[in-house]
Amino acid sequence: MIDPVRAARQFIEAIPHSRALGMVLETLGEGQAVVSMPYDLRLVGDPVTGVIHGGAVSALMDTASGAAVMCHPAAPFSTATLDLRIDYMRPATPGQRITARAECHHVTRSVAFVRVTAFDDDDTRPVAMGTGAFTLERSA
Amino acid sequence: MKRPEPVGQVRDRRDAALRALVEGVPYVSFLGIRFDRRGDEVTAVLPYQDMLIGNPLLPALHGGVTAAFLEVTAIIELAWSVQWQAMEAGAAAGALPKTIDFTVDFLRTGLPRDAYARARVVRSGRRYASVHVEAWQDNRSRLYAQATGHFLMPEGAG
Repeated sequence: MIDPVRAARQFIEAIPHSRALGMVLETLGEGQAVVSMPYDLRLVGDPVTGVIHGGAVSALMDTASGAAVMCHPAAPFSTATLDLRIDYMRPATPGQRITARAECHHVTRSVAFVRVTAFDDDDTRPVAMGTGAFTLERSA
Repeated sequence: MKRPEPVGQVRDRRDAALRALVEGVPYVSFLGIRFDRRGDEVTAVLPYQDMLIGNPLLPALHGGVTAAFLEVTAIIELAWSVQWQAMEAGAAAGALPKTIDFTVDFLRTGLPRDAYARARVVRSGRRYASVHVEAWQDNRSRLYAQATGHFLMPEGAG
């Protein structure tokens, strides 16, 4: 039996784009993943304020969501995003790490549903929240 | 009769205005996105790079890259269309709209090749705007992703 958490860690750490953004896998549990990303001047979306672009936050939240699906006890072989909706509640504070916490709260035979929240150093006020639907490709 | 403005002058002004809008954003350069312009119609181009991959086994573009590409295209199109008149009158680029929410529909696997996107401002008010954006790779009619987002307009825009 493959350990889903170990498989998920391998899956995430091999993603070129996640590496390009400096993403770090913080924790992985059953259907739960925490992934963080350092503040980086290359990812700035508003040069006046130095705030990170929403697109980079989306990439982090998508990665954390995919990771949460991969370590679900259903032990998928692979996953891909079908739909992702993100609400941007406030700008992330420049200079601070952004951390996304994702939870795969329900799976069917072929679909996984995820909730994901992103924070900076202030973990009482989310920067962004998202919901996603992912494909669930089960091992043969 | 007033003489029409020389074509080169019009082209240079519009190209410079689009460049000013785009070049201020480091994340756009980080992803390598460029913009092609025909009159006021703008097409975003995402040239393929290995670092855009999200699934090395397939291989496929990262869903986050696609989401970011669509969001960048929507913001630039919205700013561009709102600022068009002021820009034609010679004004400098203003502040960019801020994303309120963004919903991406992943229709097909993003292949390891160039991608294109075009956005349409569906509704643009004084405070809020709604923008739809479509992305494709080989065939314009076979979209690989589409998205809709709501944006907060900068103070004093329009």
